[in-house]
Amino acid sequence: MNALIGQPINRVDGRLKVTGGAKYAAEFDMPGLVHATLVQSTIAAGTIIAIDSRDAEGMPGVLAVITPDNAEKLKLEKAGQEMVTRPLLQDAQIFYNGQPIAVVVADTLDRALAAAAAVKVTYRQGEAVTIMDSVLDQAYRPKHFRNGERSPDSNRGDADAAFDAAAAKVQATYTTPVEHHNPMEPHATVARWDGERLTVWTATQGIAGTQRTLATLFGVPVSSVRVICPFVGGGFGCKGNTWPPATLTAMAAQKVGRPVKLSLTRRQMYSSNGYRPRTVQKLRLAADAQGKLVAMRHDGLTQMSMPSLGEFAEPVGLATEMLYACPNVAVTHRLVAVNQGLPTYMRAPGEASGVFALESAMDELAVALKMDPVELRLRNDTDRDGHAEKPFSSRKLAECYREGAEAFGWSRRNPAPRSMRDGNALIGWGVATATYPANRRPASAAVRLNADGSVHVFSGTQDIGTGTYTVMSQVVADTLGVPLNRVRFLLGDSAYPPAPTSGGSTTVASVSPAVQAACAAVRQKLFGLVLADPETGGGFTAADLSLQNGAVYVPGRRLPLAQVLARAGVESVEAGASSGEAEGKAGYSLHSFGAQFAEVRVDPELGEIRVSRYVGAFDAGRILNAKTGRSQLIGGITYGIGMALLEATETDAETGRYVNANLAEYLVPVHPDVPTIQTIFVAGEDTQVDPLGARGIGELPMVGVAAAIANAVYHATGVRVRDLPIRLEQVLA
Amino acid sequence: MRTPSLTRRGLLGRSAATAGGLAVVPLVARAAPEIPATTAPPNPVRTPEMVDVVLQVNGKRLPLAIEPRVSLLDALREQAGLTGTKKGCDRGSCGACTVHVDGRRVNACLTLAIRCQNKAVTTIEGLAAGDTLHPMQAAFVAHDAFQCGYCTPGQIMSAVALIEEGHAHSDGDIREWMAGNICRCGAYNHIVDAVRDVAGQTDTGRG
Amino acid sequence: MQSFSYLRPADADAAIAAAAQPGKKYIAGGTDLMQLMKDDVERPAQIVDLDALPYTKIEAGPDALRLGALATMSDVAAHPEVARKYPVIAQALLASASPQLRNMATMGGNMLQRTRCGYFRDTGFACNKREPGSGCPAIHGQNRLLAILGGSGHCIATHPSDLAVALVALDTVLELRGANGATRQVALGDFHKLPGDTPHIETVLQPGELITALVVPASAAARRSGYLKVRDRASFEFALVSAAVALDLDGGVIRDARIAMGGVGTKPWRLPAVEGALRGHQAGDVAFAAAAAQAPEGAMPAVQNAFKVKLMQKTLVRALRTVAA
Repeated sequence: MNALIGQPINRVDGRLKVTGGAKYAAEFDMPGLVHATLVQSTIAAGTIIAIDSRDAEGMPGVLAVITPDNAEKLKLEKAGQEMVTRPLLQDAQIFYNGQPIAVVVADTLDRALAAAAAVKVTYRQGEAVTIMDSVLDQAYRPKHFRNGERSPDSNRGDADAAFDAAAAKVQATYTTPVEHHNPMEPHATVARWDGERLTVWTATQGIAGTQRTLATLFGVPVSSVRVICPFVGGGFGCKGNTWPPATLTAMAAQKVGRPVKLSLTRRQMYSSNGYRPRTVQKLRLAADAQGKLVAMRHDGLTQMSMPSLGEFAEPVGLATEMLYACPNVAVTHRLVAVNQGLPTYMRAPGEASGVFALESAMDELAVALKMDPVELRLRNDTDRDGHAEKPFSSRKLAECYREGAEAFGWSRRNPAPRSMRDGNALIGWGVATATYPANRRPASAAVRLNADGSVHVFSGTQDIGTGTYTVMSQVVADTLGVPLNRVRFLLGDSAYPPAPTSGGSTTVASVSPAVQAACAAVRQKLFGLVLADPETGGGFTAADLSLQNGAVYVPGRRLPLAQVLARAGVESVEAGASSGEAEGKAGYSLHSFGAQFAEVRVDPELGEIRVSRYVGAFDAGRILNAKTGRSQLIGGITYGIGMALLEATETDAETGRYVNANLAEYLVPVHPDVPTIQTIFVAGEDTQVDPLGARGIGELPMVGVAAAIANAVYHATGVRVRDLPIRLEQVLA
Repeated sequence: MRTPSLTRRGLLGRSAATAGGLAVVPLVARAAPEIPATTAPPNPVRTPEMVDVVLQVNGKRLPLAIEPRVSLLDALREQAGLTGTKKGCDRGSCGACTVHVDGRRVNACLTLAIRCQNKAVTTIEGLAAGDTLHPMQAAFVAHDAFQCGYCTPGQIMSAVALIEEGHAHSDGDIREWMAGNICRCGAYNHIVDAVRDVAGQTDTGRG
Repeated sequence: MQSFSYLRPADADAAIAAAAQPGKKYIAGGTDLMQLMKDDVERPAQIVDLDALPYTKIEAGPDALRLGALATMSDVAAHPEVARKYPVIAQALLASASPQLRNMATMGGNMLQRTRCGYFRDTGFACNKREPGSGCPAIHGQNRLLAILGGSGHCIATHPSDLAVALVALDTVLELRGANGATRQVALGDFHKLPGDTPHIETVLQPGELITALVVPASAAARRSGYLKVRDRASFEFALVSAAVALDLDGGVIRDARIAMGGVGTKPWRLPAVEGALRGHQAGDVAFAAAAAQAPEGAMPAVQNAFKVKLMQKTLVRALRTVAA
C-alpha cells in the first residue's frame, strides 16, 4: 500500500494531451451536426422591440434564428436558486450589454457567425447603471450569502472601540477590478435529442449540476439527460454553473431536430459565464505595541448584476474572520447592483480579492509598527479559529513562513523602501499569507475488477486539469495492489456514480474517500466469492485473504482473478460506494495555509514592474502526487501574478460594454512574465478532512500572491498601491 | 478504444455489502450509448463561391470543399477531424492553434485554408512517429508541462519550431520566443523545463 | 466573417486591376485583416491574394535597405545586415507581436495595420473610423491605451505598429504601384494621415494601389540606433509608449538625430523638434532631458492616458542614453 500515492507520477492522460487525442466538448462530432452561435445585446438596459432576422434567415445554410418570439418556453418556475435561469430568450428584457438575445443555427460555423452578424435588433433603451463606484451608497445586504447558511455579517468583541483605543492602526480602502477567467478552452456544448432523451457533451466543472439544470429547465426526468465531459480545457470557476449557452444549445438542437454545437467566441466568453466581481473593501486593523492584533474590521462591497439574474456575493471577508488571533473582529458583506451579467466564482473566490486587501493592510500595519512583516504574522499566529470557535485541524503557517523565508533569503532584506537595488533597478521583497478552506462534499464511485486483472473505476467527477485521472488512478492502484497501468479511471459522465462539482478545491478530498471505499467494497465482494466456494475458501475468513497483482492470496495458494471469476461464473466483480463530508468537520476548522514571498524589479524611471523571483511554501495536507501538485502551485501563483499586475476587464461607462473582451488587450501572464517559482510543500497530513490526509490545492496558491507583490512594490518604490492591477503609472516617479 | 461502461447487472444484481462504514450507493447506471447515426449528415449547402481544394496535412492529401473564408483552423477542426489543433481566441492572441506551414510556426486561426494549397501543413497529430512520441511531446509529459492540456498542442508546435529556429539559448530566450503561447493553467515553468531539456538533448540551438 | 470570393493573381498588374474596384481587399500576411473580418469590421466582397507576387526580397545595398513589401517580419528581423546596419528595425520587429505572427505578417501589411482601439474593433460601439459620423465614445471612455498626440475631436486611436515607428525615424520611402503600371514614391512620414474629421481615411493610398517596397536610406545614424518599448506585460503586447532613436555621434557631439515614438500618436510620431534640440549638443543626460521635454509638445491627453506625457519623455531619455552609450 502507498507505493504510488505521493510519488511524482506522470499524468495518465498525458499522452492523450500531447498528441491531440484528448477530446474536449467542441470536438465530439456526429452525423448531422450543425452549428449555432449567439446574438448579443448592444445596450445594457431596456427591452427588445423587434428582432429582424429575415436577412439572416435568407443566407445560405441557415436553419433557424431563435429569438424570444419563437423560443421554447422553459420550466423556469421549477428551477432552484442555484440555477441560472436568465437570460434564456424567455422574455424581451435586457439586463446587461452582451446579453444573449437570439441563437442562429446554420450548417457551417462560418455561416452561423455571418448570419448572426446580419440579425437586426431594435430596442427601447432603459436607464442603465454600469459602474459600481457611482452607486456605492445603494449597497444592499445579500439574501443568500453562502447559500443562506450564515449571515453576511459577523462580529466578535467590539472592533470599533478597540480600534479607537489602539496604539498602532491602519485604515485604508482597497479595490479589485472585474476579472475574467479566460480558460484557454472557450465554453462549448454539443447537444443532441433522441426523442425525450437529451445528451450533451459540454465543457463543465460539474456534470451533475448540468444534468439537473437541463432536466429541470426542459421538464424531463433527470435520468433522461446525460452529460459527458471527459476533458475540460480549464475552468477556474466559469464552467461551474450551467450558464445560458449550454441551455440554449439544447434548445437549438430541439428546434432544428439535429445535433447542434455551440462554441463561444473569446469575446462571448466575457459576457456569457460570469466573472470575478469588482470589490471595494474598507479595512481597519489595529495592534498593540507588541504587534498583537486588537481590532480588525473588513467591510466588503462587491459588484452584482441586476438581482433578477440571481445572486452572487463574493465572500471577501471570510479569511479576515479566521486567519489571525484577534479578540475584536467585524466583517460585513454588501452588494452593489449594476447592469452587468451575473458574477461568479473565480479561482479562490472571496480569498483572492479579500486577502489582497487584508494582507496589504497587514503590511501597512507592519510598517506602522516598524516591525518585520513576517514577524507580525507570526505574532498573530493561532491554532484556533476565532470565528468558528474551533481548533484548526492542522495549521502549519509558522512552518510555511520559516521554510519560505529560509528559501527566499528573507533575513537579508533591508526594511527601508527604495533601499535595495540591482544595478539601476529597484528591488522589492514582499510577503503575504495564503489560506483557503479545506472543502469536502459527498461523492461516490464504482469499481470493476476484470478477469484479466485490469480495474475500471467510474465516478461522475471531472478533471479540469488538476490531475483527477492520475491521482485517483494512484489511489486505486495502491488500494487494490495493482500496477498503475492496469487501472483505468473513468470520469466526466453523468451515467457514472455522482460526485460533486469540481470547484472550491474539493475533488481530491471528496472523491478519493469514495474511490477507496469502492475499492474496499469490491475487494470484499471478491473475497466473498472465494470464501463462498468450498474448494477455495474452506475454513478461511476474509482476514486471511489478500489481493495483489491481479490475484487473491489464500494461505498457501494463489488464485488468479480469472480463475476466481470463472469458478463463480461471472465476468467481473463490481461494487460501488459513497462517502460523506469531512470526518472532522464538526470539531475542527479545516483550512490550508501558505506563505507567499515575492521579489519585484521596478524600473525607477519607466515604472515597469516585473516579478523576478518567487517562493511559495504551503501547508496543504498530504500531497498525493508531487508532480501534478507542484503544477497546481505554480499555476495558482502564475494566476496571482496576472491578478497583481495585469488583469482588468474595462467597462465603457456609457454603454456598459466591455472594451477589452479579447486576449490581446485583456492581459494574462505570458511566458516572460513568470520567473522560476520555487515551491515548498510543508510536510503534513490532515486526516480530519479525509482518510488520506489530503486537502485541495487548486486555489490556495493564488491567495495572497497579489498582496505579496503589492507589498514588494511598496518596498521597492515606497508607493502603496491599493488598487489592482498595479500599473506603471501608479509608481511612475 | 471503446469506453468501458457500467452495467446494471454488475452493480445492482450482484452488489455486495458495506465497506468501512460507508453505504454502498444504489448505482443506477445504463450502458454507455455509442454515438448513433441518427440523422443523415447535412452536406453544407453548395454555393457558387465554394471551391474544391487539396491540402497536404501531415504528409497526406486532404481534399476539401470550402468557402474561401474558412480558416485553416476551422478546416482542420470542423472538416478534417483533426481537432488536436485548438481554438482559444480565434484572433492570433493565444497561440493554441499553432501549426507548421512549410516548416514555419503560424497561427492557423489567421490563415485561410484556401491559401495553403501546395503548402505542407503539420499539426500535432503529425508530430509523433507512429507510437513513438516526438521528444518534445515526451518531455512535456515528463515535466508535467500542462494541466488542462488545451494549450498544449500549440505550445508543443511552437516549442519544436523554436528549437529548429535556434532560439533556445537560455531560459530567458525560451520564454521570449514562447511568448505567443498562453497557458492559463500557468504551466510556464514546466514548459520551459521541457524545452530546455529537449534543446539539450538535440544539442542545437543552445550556445 | 462575411462571405467573399477569392482571387490569386499571377502578377502585380492583374492584382491592381482586380483590387481597384470597391469591395476588394488585398491579403498578404493576413494577420490583421483576418481579425478585422472575423470582427465584421472589414467586409470585403473579394480577397485578392498577393502570395504569387515577387516582393519578398531583402536587399541591403551600400546606400539603402530595400525591403520587399511581402518580406515577413521574421525574415527581416533575422537578416544579418538589418541587425548590423539598422538595429532599430530588427529590435522593433522582435518587440512586435509573437513569433508566429511575425512568421506571417509582412512589411507592407504592417504599414496598414489598423488601430487596436477597442471601440473600433467592436461593432457594438459607435466609431468614427469604422462608421464615419457615428461618434467617438473612446475620447471620454476607456482611453488609457489611446493617443495623446495627433488626435482630433473625432478620433484618438493609436497607430499600433512598432515597425512603422522605427521606419519613419529612418526616413523610409514607400514604393507604390498603381493602375496601368504607374509607380510613385511616398515618404512614410507622409503616408499616414492624421484623423482630423476623416478618421476613416488612414493613408494616402489610392484604390488598388499596392505597396511594393520599403526603402530605408543607409546612414550613420541608422547604424547607431535602437528601439525601446514600454508595456505592462513583459512581451506580446502593443506599446504603451515606445521610442525609435538613431544617432550620429561625432566624438561625444550629436551630429544627427532621428527620433520617432509609438503608443502616443494617431500615426507613427516623428519628433523633428526633439531632433533639432539634440543636434550639435554633447550627448548626455542634460541634452537628452532638455530635448525630451519637447517631445509631448501639442499633447492633448485624455483622463486615463495623461501618464504618457511623462512616460514619453522618460522613455525617450532612456532610449537616447542606451543608443548613445
